[in-house]
Amino acid sequence: MVAFLRRHVAFLAFAVVMMGLPFFTSNTYYLSVLAFTATRLMTSLGLNLLMGQAGQISLGHAAFVGMGAYGSAILTTRFGMNPWLAMVVAAVVAAVVAGIIGIPTTKLKGHYLAMATLGFGEIVLILLIQVKSITKGTDGITGIPSLAIGNLVFTQYNPRAMHLLLWGVALLMLRMSLNLADSRVGRALKGLHRAEVAATSLGVDATFHKVQAFMISAVFASIAGSFTAHYVQYISPGSFTLTFSVLLVTGVVIGGLGSIWGAVWGTLVMMILPEYLKQYEDATNLVFGILVIVIMIFLPGGLVSLGSALGKLRTRVGGRDRRAADTSDPGSLEGNARRPGGAA
Amino acid sequence: MPILKVEAVTKRFGGLEALRDVTFSLYDGQIKALIGPNGAGKTTLFNLMSGMDRPTAGHIYFGGKDIGRLAPHQASRLGVGRTFQHSKVFDDLSVLDNVKVGRHAKSTAGLLSAFFTLPRHRRDERSISEHAYHALRRVGLEAKAEEPAGGLPMGERHVLEIARALATEPRVLLLDEPAAGLNNEETDQLAESVRRIRDQGITVLLVEHDMGFVMDISDEVVVLDYGRKIAEGPPLMIQNDEEVIRAYLGEDLN
Repeated sequence: MVAFLRRHVAFLAFAVVMMGLPFFTSNTYYLSVLAFTATRLMTSLGLNLLMGQAGQISLGHAAFVGMGAYGSAILTTRFGMNPWLAMVVAAVVAAVVAGIIGIPTTKLKGHYLAMATLGFGEIVLILLIQVKSITKGTDGITGIPSLAIGNLVFTQYNPRAMHLLLWGVALLMLRMSLNLADSRVGRALKGLHRAEVAATSLGVDATFHKVQAFMISAVFASIAGSFTAHYVQYISPGSFTLTFSVLLVTGVVIGGLGSIWGAVWGTLVMMILPEYLKQYEDATNLVFGILVIVIMIFLPGGLVSLGSALGKLRTRVGGRDRRAADTSDPGSLEGNARRPGGAA
Repeated sequence: MPILKVEAVTKRFGGLEALRDVTFSLYDGQIKALIGPNGAGKTTLFNLMSGMDRPTAGHIYFGGKDIGRLAPHQASRLGVGRTFQHSKVFDDLSVLDNVKVGRHAKSTAGLLSAFFTLPRHRRDERSISEHAYHALRRVGLEAKAEEPAGGLPMGERHVLEIARALATEPRVLLLDEPAAGLNNEETDQLAESVRRIRDQGITVLLVEHDMGFVMDISDEVVVLDYGRKIAEGPPLMIQNDEEVIRAYLGEDLN
């Protein structure tokens, strides 16, 4: 009950802060950084679901963002489709593609899955560059229309409305992800991740749930891509490279795979830190590289586990004298030492 | 009619013959044990029965249906529950959440219900919780429902696997070395649990090395040696079977 309440408090507090920000600043630069943060969060949430909950990896997720962005761009500029409808159509296409490539690839594990998804990402990128008649190649697509509801047009020149739209959607996705983690489907994914044979012996259909998770993450990424395309109104293939896929994974890992909130913290760090590092030119990649290494070694649970890690450290340091007095206390050190192995 | 029938099952891994022409039946309401020296093919047989692997030849009938080629989740949904020799609990999930996974196939709330906590999701969650607690009570683990499963001692991890399998409402329960790592008192408790499970209408097939436990609890025993069935019968008969004694040379069956 307490945990239940605490989760809702965290979500509500985060939602109020994010939705309230544009009412405290009208700095268009800050608001544009936050807008990109919202779309990145959408992608990260899907990837966190895939990697953290279902235990799959994708090194080709830029492709799904690209499919959303290009889907929206092509359908609106060439066929005059309504941007909202185009966004839905692009997401459906991304889901179908994820389903088709998911059935064979989700049977793969570890490095093989990473390679397969990486290959998929590269194929999509090559198509974006080479099928010039549709994608305009490296020139990219310009003149993508803005999203609008009636007379309310969401553009960079209306940053407050844009902010509320993007963060509204991102927060909805966050809520959906939190709900999923604590559901029958979420538990099935966690079970598959921890011990696949055990989960299947309990009636969980491994292929179905893994492919489904892959499809959800593709849809989240595609929607993020569509929003970006309509926000920036210009897209080119350079945004959807392997580097972007790696950055996406980096953010999710830095934040922490064990919890949905990891996607939130990872995204905030990945999007806001570079703004401070800009003045040092190439320092960004260096800092991210170091950050990943440090977190992998000292904080394998990611930023989201910082609180509990510090708490553990405190009991470990402070607990030393206490344990001397009270030997019946099973200290946290023992808890760490005991790592029962579940052989595959 | 037997509830489970293993008919002339052979399993080869490359050149290695793990099981050869094994036939036996399991009848409703029985507790039957599968014993034999290490490498006799006991776990292999469990894997075939639960869809984890497929027989090279022969059939496994469950309630008259050939289940030899089903996927694990299909075998589970038909009513074959199992535990594992090497613990496969979901370590960082709570004990209760482990058992909740066992209710997966008995509930239906899908993605949309979960995303938006629709009434169906809430209805399912209530029922899943109730059944999961019930399964924990059946094995006496309800006091540890909220603890992380990874913190349980070895014996209780296996008991948790039993609760998890019970949550799927199996008709047959396959227990792979449930008494491993238990002290005498815990073994007695386990025997009590297994009998209670049988009395509730679940047929039990177990692999076990603790001969005292096996002889005490089983209605019938099947003995495998090098992949072949060398004996089958009530415990008393097995204890005095010459071929069994030869296979177990040096081990005291009494």
